[in-house]
Amino acid sequence: MATTLKKTNVVIVGAGAAGGVAALPLAQAGFDVIALEAGGWVNTRDMAPDELRYIRGWPAKLQKVNDEIPTHRPNASSPNTPRLTDHPMMNGVGGTSIHYWGQSWRLNPWDFKVVSETTRRYGASRIPSGSTVEDWPFGYDELEPYYDSVEREIGISGKAGNIKGTMDQRGNIFEGPRGRDYPMPPLRSTGFTEKMSAAARTLGWHPFPGPAAVTSQSYQGRPACVYHGYCAGGGCHVRSKSSTAVSTIPKAQATGRFKVVTEARVTTIAVDKNGRASGVNYLKDGQEYYQPADVVLLATYTYENVRTLLLSKSPAYPNGLSNNHSQVGKHYFSHNQTARVTALFPFNINTWYGTPSQGVAVDNWADDNFDHSKLDFIGGGNMWVYHERRPIAAASMSTWGRAPEWGSTWKAFIKENADRQNTAYIQKTTLPYEDNYLDLDPTVKDRLGFPVIRITAEYKDNERKLAAFMQTQMEEWYRAADAIDIQKGDIGDMTVSTHAYGGTRMGDNPETNVVDRWGFSHEVHNLGILGASVMGTSGARNPTLTVQALAWRTAEHLVKSWKTIAQNAG
Amino acid sequence: MAYEFELKKISEPPQPGFSRRDLLKRLGVMVGMAAFPPVLLQTRTRAQTAAGEAFVSLTAPEAETLRAIVARLIPADENGPGALEARADRYIDRALSGALKSQRPAYTLGLAALNAYAQSSKRVPFAKLSLVDQDAVLTDVQQNRATGFTGNSGQFFNLVRTHTIQGTFSDPFYGGNANFIGWDLIGYPGARVVVTADLQRMNVKPAASRKSAYDYGMFSKGEL
Ligand SMILES: Cc1cc2nc3c(=O)[nH]c(=O)nc-3n(C[C@H](O)[C@H](O)[C@H](O)COP(=O)(O)OP(=O)(O)OC[C@H]3O[C@@H](n4cnc5c(N)ncnc54)[C@H](O)[C@@H]3O)c2cc1C
Repeated sequence: MATTLKKTNVVIVGAGAAGGVAALPLAQAGFDVIALEAGGWVNTRDMAPDELRYIRGWPAKLQKVNDEIPTHRPNASSPNTPRLTDHPMMNGVGGTSIHYWGQSWRLNPWDFKVVSETTRRYGASRIPSGSTVEDWPFGYDELEPYYDSVEREIGISGKAGNIKGTMDQRGNIFEGPRGRDYPMPPLRSTGFTEKMSAAARTLGWHPFPGPAAVTSQSYQGRPACVYHGYCAGGGCHVRSKSSTAVSTIPKAQATGRFKVVTEARVTTIAVDKNGRASGVNYLKDGQEYYQPADVVLLATYTYENVRTLLLSKSPAYPNGLSNNHSQVGKHYFSHNQTARVTALFPFNINTWYGTPSQGVAVDNWADDNFDHSKLDFIGGGNMWVYHERRPIAAASMSTWGRAPEWGSTWKAFIKENADRQNTAYIQKTTLPYEDNYLDLDPTVKDRLGFPVIRITAEYKDNERKLAAFMQTQMEEWYRAADAIDIQKGDIGDMTVSTHAYGGTRMGDNPETNVVDRWGFSHEVHNLGILGASVMGTSGARNPTLTVQALAWRTAEHLVKSWKTIAQNAG
Repeated sequence: MAYEFELKKISEPPQPGFSRRDLLKRLGVMVGMAAFPPVLLQTRTRAQTAAGEAFVSLTAPEAETLRAIVARLIPADENGPGALEARADRYIDRALSGALKSQRPAYTLGLAALNAYAQSSKRVPFAKLSLVDQDAVLTDVQQNRATGFTGNSGQFFNLVRTHTIQGTFSDPFYGGNANFIGWDLIGYPGARVVVTADLQRMNVKPAASRKSAYDYGMFSKGEL
């Protein structure tokens, strides 16, 4: 028998990047908020600059996400691809923001209006066939103040390129207009980033330092970054990475209104006889609990958001919660981050130390920043060249066909080249399509016996052509910086991703979207959904700052519309 | 230095081993004294003494075979000491009772198969072969041409190669990368907890910290 707990105003499922942000405006407004978090508090003493610890699976191996890794098949008539054994998301207070790279981008204005802008500039026929992409229900300007709030509350370092229409060449001149600059200057430049910036300028491009959720100077009681490395997939022992665990969550706790229950694994969302969310069921230490709440906010990352809805069946929602329009799991896509480009230089580049959010970006070929009329795809890519290289990885580098894999010749090769290789991170527009979706796997289950998510997805023509185009641009950039050799990777399978979007898309039309423009379910009015699962486009950059701006906006809307949303609040 | 202290704690008393002349003969190269940096001479002595230390997981014949393999994967040569001097064999041995315990059967089977293959193709156990023959056997194993393996021989080769690289280039805390041999080889300037702007320039080669992450006393320890 489940223990029924005392009712609270708001229960947030998942205290990660999204849930950890939403807690703050709610607690500050005086609501009682409980976050149920599957993981625990992560200890900064575990964040040693020790490569082997990461190779052996810290923290991934410890995580609940590893027990529920989605299966994948390219399309409905193909067999599953081999199931991944690691999914690097985190279960812990702060979620994956504990150990993410911290690149903290705003989307480009074009990303909110892909359909109307593409149609206006090139004609409707340029929307790839089979794509279900829609304009967002609002534009960039609507989200700008929320981006601004989150940049300040969590702490972002960067350089503005467009403040209210005034351009600054030191920042990203392609970004949407901002109200003001970042709260901290960018992370420091290095020998290598300066070399790459100079090369980009010789091509007539606009290099700039990317925005980072890492403190470039002391900020709100946290010290400045020490640039010691081990930051990619690693937590920060000095708390300079701006995870929600060191920013919004402690601030929300300080109000006295916000409580985090750790090791609390939510299984289902319960509904009352009117079809409204009444609370959530969870397991902690083998015990079952029922936490009633006026409002439920689901913030467990894309796959678990969709799974929790599909598993929460009731007479009112026989196909899963909020799924009476069969839209849960639809419009799924994962960011195309593959089709990599790697360069070999004839000199040492000294990228050992630093963090992967310390780098130089080029946006000339992102979004719709260039003319596509003579091209056969829409969208573009953000190119990112960055720091951090670890010794085991360096010694395991490709030998570029220039040496065998072992022995003295190999040893001489790595001695010379370990510090001469660099791989760029190129994120590219990826669109939703009719036949790319999430559902429950018919056979594979997690340890509790619940089916895991099944991904049915493959890259289509638009993604493939764009990927090849971006590889050409990146090669040009590296060559301009004197690279002597280039390797280009495959696009690969569209399998489990750390940038997974859609499945509970946001939009005004309930026939094609799960949540409304505020992030609340069209069907279950007191259920809000936080995370990239609500996003209808990816843009050419990491999702998290947008996820957090949306989470803040959903929470603020809840504060303002409390009476309407939490009707039966007692 | 903190690291030297650590090293003393884990070292056993010196034991007799190969002489340097034996080593050079086995390497089959004529090298003048000057070609061997002093550090190689020192670490060579240590590796020889290491041969006498008891192994934690591997049997003596297994250890002998493994030591011969890692010495060919990353040999001591004109570019300095190699995997044996870095104690990659000791790293693997220790981890097979700890973090890599699940791989123990793969080593039992793989090392036996490799020796059997050396016996059948060259009539001598792997460790007793000339360096040229050792390389020929390893090439067969790498390229799936060696028989008698469970699965294919290339899988075992990749397993040992991966672990030899780990044992040579990981944090010395795990028992390998002795004297920072691996990090010095590739120019990795070592674990630090603060990195200044100068250490991120391209025109200066950063000085090595010669520290393990755990020398700083700030972190919980990983599993050995
Ligand atoms: C290595 C890595 C690097 C990344 N780098 C970047 C980057 O540079 N920039 C960027 O923008 N994005 C980056 N990302 C992606 C980023 O981490 C995610 O976009 C972001 O964390 C998503 O936020 P979220 O709140 O939806 O999920 P999370 O932050 O993962 O939080 C979800 C939380 O929900 C909890 N939870 C899950 N299921 C349950 C359940 N059933 N009951 C209770 N709690 C539950 C989890 O334990 C977790 O704490 C990176 C990801 C990884 C893995």
